[in-house]
Formats: sequence, C-alpha cells, structure tokens
Amino acid sequence: MAVQKLPLAKALNESLRKALETDPKVVIMGLDVGKLGGVFRITDGLQKDFGEDRVVDTPLAESGIVGTAIGLALRGYRPVVEIQFDGFVFPAYDQIVTQLAKMRARSLGTVKMPVVIRIPYGGGIGAVEHHSESPESLFAHVAGLKVVTPANSSDAYWMLQQAIQSDDPVIFFEPKRRYWDKGEVDTEAIPGELHKARVAREGTDLTLVAYGPMVKTCLEVAAAAAEEGKSIEVVDLRSISPLDFDTIQASVEKTRRLVVVHEAPVFFGSGAEIAARITERCFYHLEAPVLRVGGYHAPYPPARLEEEYLPGLDRVLDAVDRSLAY
Amino acid sequence: MTVESTAARKTTRRSSGTKRTASASTSTTKKATAKPATASEPELVQLLTPEGERVQHPDYDIDLSAEELRGLYRDMVLTRRFDAEATALQRQGELGLWASLLGQEAAQIGSGRALRDDDYVFPTYREHGVAWCRGVDPTNLLGMFRGVNNGGWDPSTNNFHLYTIVLGSQTLHATGYAMGIAKDGADSAVLAYFGDGASSQGDVNEAFVFSAVYNAPVVFFCQNNQWAISEPIEKQTRVPLYQRARGFGFPGVRVDGNDVLACLAVTRSALERARRGEGPTLIEAFTYRMAAHTTSDDPTRYRRDAEREAWEAKDPILRLKAYMENEGHADAAFFEELEAESETLGKQVREVVRAMPVPEHMAMFDHTYADGHALVDEERAQYAAYQASFEGGEAE
Repeated sequence: MAVQKLPLAKALNESLRKALETDPKVVIMGLDVGKLGGVFRITDGLQKDFGEDRVVDTPLAESGIVGTAIGLALRGYRPVVEIQFDGFVFPAYDQIVTQLAKMRARSLGTVKMPVVIRIPYGGGIGAVEHHSESPESLFAHVAGLKVVTPANSSDAYWMLQQAIQSDDPVIFFEPKRRYWDKGEVDTEAIPGELHKARVAREGTDLTLVAYGPMVKTCLEVAAAAAEEGKSIEVVDLRSISPLDFDTIQASVEKTRRLVVVHEAPVFFGSGAEIAARITERCFYHLEAPVLRVGGYHAPYPPARLEEEYLPGLDRVLDAVDRSLAY
Repeated sequence: MTVESTAARKTTRRSSGTKRTASASTSTTKKATAKPATASEPELVQLLTPEGERVQHPDYDIDLSAEELRGLYRDMVLTRRFDAEATALQRQGELGLWASLLGQEAAQIGSGRALRDDDYVFPTYREHGVAWCRGVDPTNLLGMFRGVNNGGWDPSTNNFHLYTIVLGSQTLHATGYAMGIAKDGADSAVLAYFGDGASSQGDVNEAFVFSAVYNAPVVFFCQNNQWAISEPIEKQTRVPLYQRARGFGFPGVRVDGNDVLACLAVTRSALERARRGEGPTLIEAFTYRMAAHTTSDDPTRYRRDAEREAWEAKDPILRLKAYMENEGHADAAFFEELEAESETLGKQVREVVRAMPVPEHMAMFDHTYADGHALVDEERAQYAAYQASFEGGEAE
C-alpha cells in the first residue's frame, strides 16, 4: 500500500526498514536499538528482521559510536547512528566536528562520509535535564555537515531516505514531541529535494519561518491569527544546512514581514542567520525588522518550567502582533 | 617525480607470507640468553640487544634472511634520512612545522613491515616510517606541513589513512574499519597507531572497549616515546601501558621499540591473531623521542641531556648494523650504496618540496561536500566576483 497514515515515529521506522532492504551496506548503530527498538521505538523490530550485524547495539559511548561509524564508512558502509537524546551528543561532538565533517576535504575529495546521525531533539515532553535540547545551530555552523529536520510523517520517511542516500554526513534532527503525530506517507511518491523549504500554509500579511517541532506550533498560530483576520504564511525550512533562503525571500517579498521561531536559544541561533540574510536580501521589502522567538539564554529549565521557556502560541502571536504594529 | 620504497616493501612482504606465527616458530639461529625481566622493565620483548646481540624470547621469534635484514636496515636509514631532510626544510622555511620520528625508526619499520597489502593503517602524524613501508610517496607527507593541504592523499591507494592530529581519534576509526572487515568476512587486519599521551584520551579507551566487545581484527600499536610534548609518561599512567589491555579483555605486550626484529615479530604475531578472529592486541613499543616534539618545541625546558644520551646507546639503526656486520649479513659496499641512496633521497625530497605548488585560491571551497551545498556555491561565486573586481583580476 503506497499511502498510509502513520505516526512520525513509525514513518521513520518504515524508512529505516526500506533502507536496510534496499542497500546491504546500511548499518544501524546505537544504544538500545536492537531488542528494545530504541527508547522511542524508532528501530522497533529491525534487529529481529535484519540481524545483529545490521542493527547493532553498541557499547554506551557516543564518541565510540560515531568514531567507529566513520571507520565503517571508510570501509564502504553507510552507518545510520542513533544518538539517544539531544543532550547526549556532546561526547561525540569532537568526532563529528573534527573528524566526520572534515574527512572529505582533508582527503582532497577522495573519501566519502555517508554517515547519518539521528538525534531526537527539542522539549515539550516533560523530561529530565539533557533530554530536551535543540543544538542544531552547533552543527549548522560546521562546514562539511548537513543538517535537516522533518516536521511531519511524510518528510520523516522521505528525508531519512535521502539522508541515507547522501554521500555527505547528515545530522538528522527528529522532533521528538511530534513522534506520535500522524500524517499521510506515500511510499511510492517522488520526493522533493532534501534541502528545499516548503510553504506549509500560504498567507499574505506576515511570514513565520519554523522547522521541526515548531512548524505545528506556527500552523496553530496562523489558524488563530486567521480568526482575527490576519493572513499568515508558514514556511517549514526542513533543511537548516544548506538553508533555502530563496523560498524565505520569495515569501517575505510578498508578506514584507518575518518572524523566525525555534526552540533553540535565540542568541546565535539559526534565526540570527536568517534575520541577517533576509535583511540583506529583502531590505527594501521589509516593513518591520525581522523578529525572533525562541529559547532564552539560560540552561534548558526543569520540566515544570519548560512551557515558559518554549515558544508557544501566545509568545509567537505576541511577536506577530509586534511585527504587524510597525 | 616519486620516491618509492616499493621494491624493499615487496621483498619483505613476500617473505612475510611464508612466516610462521610466533607460537609455531622453531627458529634455531644463534642467540644468547635473554636477560631476566626486572621489576622496572617488565616483560620487555627483545630479540636484539642494544649491542647488536641476538637474544631469545620464549614467545616471539623471527628468522630473517640476510636480504630481509638489509631491507629493514635500508628502510630505517632512508626513513631517518627523509626525516632529517624534512627537519632541515623546516629550518630553511620550506615547511611550517615538522614532527620528527628520530629514534622511533625500529618501532615504525618493524610494525609497518609486518603488514600485508590488504591490511589498513591508521597513523598519528608521526608515522613517516610506516608510510614508507606502505609505499606512500614520502613527499606526500609534507603537503600538510608545508601548508598546501590538510591531508592530501587518497587513503585507499596504500591502505594508509590520513595523518590524524587530534590525539586518539583514529583508534576509533581503526576499530570501525576493523568491524567492517569482520562484517565482510575478510581476513585483513588493521593497525592503529597512537602514543603515550593519547593513551589518556577517552577515544582510545572507547576503541579498546568497542574492539574487545566486537572482537574486531585491530592491533593497537602504542609508541611510548616517554614524552607527550613536555609531560613525561608518569603524567599519563601509574601502570605500564600494555597492562591496561588486560582490563579491557585482550592481551597487551611491551616490546623493545628500538629493536626492529622484536617489533616485527610481535606485530606480525598480533596481526595473525587478529586474522584468526581472536580479536585485538595492544602493543606498547617502548622507545624514545630523540628529537623535539615538533620543530616548534624546545625540550631543553623540560628534560635532561643525560636521559637522551642514555637512549642514544640504544639506537635502533646502530644495533642492527652491529648485528649485520658481526654476522656478515652486509658488506661495506652495501653501506656505501645505501649512503649514496640516502643522499639521492634527500635531494629528491628537497626538490619536490620546493616545487610544490601553492593551491589555487578557489581550491579552499573544493571537496567540502560530495553532493554540493548551496552556501558553498554562493560563497565561491561571491569570492570569485570579489577577486575579479580588482583591476586585471581573474575569477578563477
């Protein structure tokens, strides 16, 4: 059956299954990815069907997981690594930034690094510390890496397929609080480009740019604003590096107002880069400065406070109102 | 122009194919009795004393022809000559930096000559002798130090990975590569180099864990040269490094790193063990960094001349020469010809380095990604336009 309605988590699972079926060089590695199927069950059933050589439970050491994945890639494999939670990636950060990202350039283009690093990210699930962070900018800043994040089931399925097929390292951020949201997946569709943004809702008065978990939030904002007679366009970036500025520019030239929304801290976040470049590209079109809504410059707070820290409907609507007031 | 070591490499390789493993060895060449191990020098595997005397070891032995011995000697002499030339080139301003291997020739040639063509090596940034054994054009090693590239060769050409500067990272790559060999059902092995300083890195310890758990066909070759820039081995460990292996569940062995025969025998045995599917081995080659850490370092600030002088008496090249001369394995003509060959090598290296082209400006954008990246394309175009904006400027 080509079209199914699947939770985002199940779409990822189906995508990994397809990759394992299609390419014998694909290897899944990570903590608890075998019998348990991962703490979020993204790899559920895969070890049973493809064996312990293809779906590998690793020792509990993130640098070791990524470092050995690099070695496997040098041997011709296509490792798909699972980092259990966003805040656990940093032991592997050195291998990712110092080794994985630079290997191809250092070899003068003779080496390929087809490694996917899947990271469940973002807050909103009431977790303990280190389980709710959004470190995407720390990877987007690094040349040699690509950074993508799906916001719905269809993109989860297809973007993961494309990331695994890429000969470059891809950091694949999964919006963990949307894992259980259902959406249609057409497994026989012809997918769009991996690094192209998508207009998730058309509008004329203001553009909201978001990605991952915040796309749903921004669609809710647009729906609420529509009741007040405001027409909001929502752009789902899908890819953070490379970043599709053309789609944002086209939208802003139409709406003349831009608000960027992400869970990550505003300071030096992806919104800063978007604001700078869109200001440069759309200087004479803008009716208001580009505004940003995101996390604060504080450690991710305890779960009881996270609703205050995360951009929600009211905070985004407030930014929309401020932008429209110019 | 290339400077090749292929001939000697093939000679040794061919013979290595017929070698027995250490445990099966029954060699009966003349040997003196090994000195008993003392508490301060635990279980050091040695087959050739600093005086050039062949000694016996119960677990390791090697039986080499005169031609093979001359091959090892030639490798060490040419490697040392190349290294000296590179140091000189740095002093002349032709290289920005050089990391000398002086004193570590036996550790590198002995281990490097234990490899088969299909084996794979993950070096640090000082494995010039191992590169030589792999048939890597030695001038390729100089690109990074001259500042014309950040690595500069295709690792698959000689199964010799790029030099790795951040300490210990490559031990994990080696382990992953070895896991891939095992998945492929091949009988190749991987040799991963690191040093006493890197032994403190988490990555090295994680590599030990992963390789042990997966029984990966990898041999960890630690050149303990006693110094991590200014920090002596006592700042890295309270136990002899090779003893750490036991805690990870695989054997460790300390070998005289200035004894090329012992290094060859021990590494060959460990590689064979890996091929048989018996997992990793840690080899600690006990040696000494005779030169500074790099040409930017000043060892007079932290170590005494007397220590270096004591190690000079253990020189790896002199002891093999003494042995060969005593046993009549080489005549004066051999040494004279090798001297001439060394000078030719030095001259060739000089010429190649001085002629090494500075890369085109636009080259800094190349090879960042395999599948391209919009931002790289945009910045490349912007930079080209900027360059072209100067009078007489050209875009490419």
